[in-house]
Amino acid sequence: MDSIIARTLSKTYRSGKSETHALRGIDLDIPAGELFGLVGPDGAGKTTLIRILVSLILPDQGTASVGGMDVVRDYGLLRRRIGYVPGRFSLYQDLTVQENLHFFASVFGVNADEQYGSVREIYKYLEPFRNRKAGQLSGGMKQKLALSCALIHHPSVLFLDEPTTGVDAVSRKEFWILLSQLRSQGMTIFVSTPYMDEAARCDRVGLIQEGKMLRIDTPSAIVREFPLTLYALSTDRMSRVKADLSGCAEVRSAFAFGTNYHLTFYTEEGPRTCVHLLQQKGHSSIRLEVIQPGIEDCFMYFMKEA
Amino acid sequence: MKGNPVIRANDLTRRFGNFVAVDRISFEVHPGELFGFLGANGAGKTTAMRMLSGLIRPTSGTAIVLGYDVYRQSEAIKRSIGYMSQRFSLYEDLTIMENIRFYGGIYGLNAHLLSQRADEMLTQLDLKHQRDQLVRSLPTGWRQKLAFAVAILHRPRLVFLDEPTGGVDPIVRREFWEWILDYVAQGNTVFATTHYMDEAEYCSRLSVMVNGRIAAIGSPLELRGHFGVHDMEELFLNLAASTGT
Repeated sequence: MDSIIARTLSKTYRSGKSETHALRGIDLDIPAGELFGLVGPDGAGKTTLIRILVSLILPDQGTASVGGMDVVRDYGLLRRRIGYVPGRFSLYQDLTVQENLHFFASVFGVNADEQYGSVREIYKYLEPFRNRKAGQLSGGMKQKLALSCALIHHPSVLFLDEPTTGVDAVSRKEFWILLSQLRSQGMTIFVSTPYMDEAARCDRVGLIQEGKMLRIDTPSAIVREFPLTLYALSTDRMSRVKADLSGCAEVRSAFAFGTNYHLTFYTEEGPRTCVHLLQQKGHSSIRLEVIQPGIEDCFMYFMKEA
Repeated sequence: MKGNPVIRANDLTRRFGNFVAVDRISFEVHPGELFGFLGANGAGKTTAMRMLSGLIRPTSGTAIVLGYDVYRQSEAIKRSIGYMSQRFSLYEDLTIMENIRFYGGIYGLNAHLLSQRADEMLTQLDLKHQRDQLVRSLPTGWRQKLAFAVAILHRPRLVFLDEPTGGVDPIVRREFWEWILDYVAQGNTVFATTHYMDEAEYCSRLSVMVNGRIAAIGSPLELRGHFGVHDMEELFLNLAASTGT
């Protein structure tokens, strides 16, 4: 049974003479129980898509439903059955941790104490601070409180808009473990992120750019769709690589990836030509080897192709 | 060849009430370095950066930035450095050209120099035809590029970049770092924070802050050897993991 369905969703923002096409015909079929990641940079349309799916804004065209409830017609019912963690911290800063949780429980017509079981795994980190004002929590704690408040009514589908943006690598890792735990309890989770490396933690991902889906598939299937042979290059003079390869007609793409460059070539002779050229330009300790592409390699490839 | 350090901090400390945000950090940054300033959320990076850029006073310790004392000459520091904040620092309701003129005015560029730099910048950014568009209408990647161009409008010898590439698409993110490396190659110094660990590898040296202190400092190569890690991500996870949030 599909939990989240969208058909040709489009949305355009108009301000004076300028138009922004935030979404251009998005289709989605997300089965119940899936951890789905919407991956793309700022401005790709992630927030617009989530806001339509949680019934906060209306699409210009197309339809969508969550758990069989239409996002326009059945919005009242829909809102009681989903949880939503917006991108901006939207809890009451001058209420305490506990007050926030009780407030959200009463809005959803549930008793916070009776529902405690559904948030215990996350709320236990917050217990020691339950009388602290939400505004005085650290970033990681705020995020856990927002998640607790979104889960207090035991929703069947959870939407999170960039929960890990601006969050350091360690806290991001912890947050994804929490999401995996929720998923294993059967919850459907729709989460957006600008971090490409987080795609690997999802059952399936949608790569979104300029309001269009570049690909929707499992992370491993997306990687298999990368049609070229990808090489990782390192030399003793990494800062010169880009400039020294700029004249090499056989290089199709060259992107810096931390300690390496990731390269693709137009021809089979490309790799040999490239190594030869680098040797001529004075590089040594040259290592060029075939590697498996990651989601970020794929994203850049599909982005250029689109 | 190193010359006087661009930044020299000694036991630099900042307390907020009982909380020690930055705890006796000492380090130097030299001309022409791309210095990465890493740390978990709440480790004290922003507070340290704000002290070094003259925005807040230290509680104790010393720091000299571009030859100016952070206690007595903070105004001179602010005039001399470039600064690009985490979130967008341009005026969305002004056009591209109006933003350039506004910042040029703040940094005291004369009309001739300003129009020359504006031309260069718009050509490099390929935004000549959009100069009269509102900044609000630009895609995020372009805005961030423009924000960087504006931060170096007065050609500061030292630029602070606070998470310049958050949320930027992967192609523009890489273009952005090429620009930063270009600016450094011209002899300038860049002091940058980031949450992307692949970007940490591009730094000539970097430090990792943990609970207000500097837990590691060196070139990526030195740090890999010293801590026995494969890359800066592993180093960061090892050092920051023990702290929790």
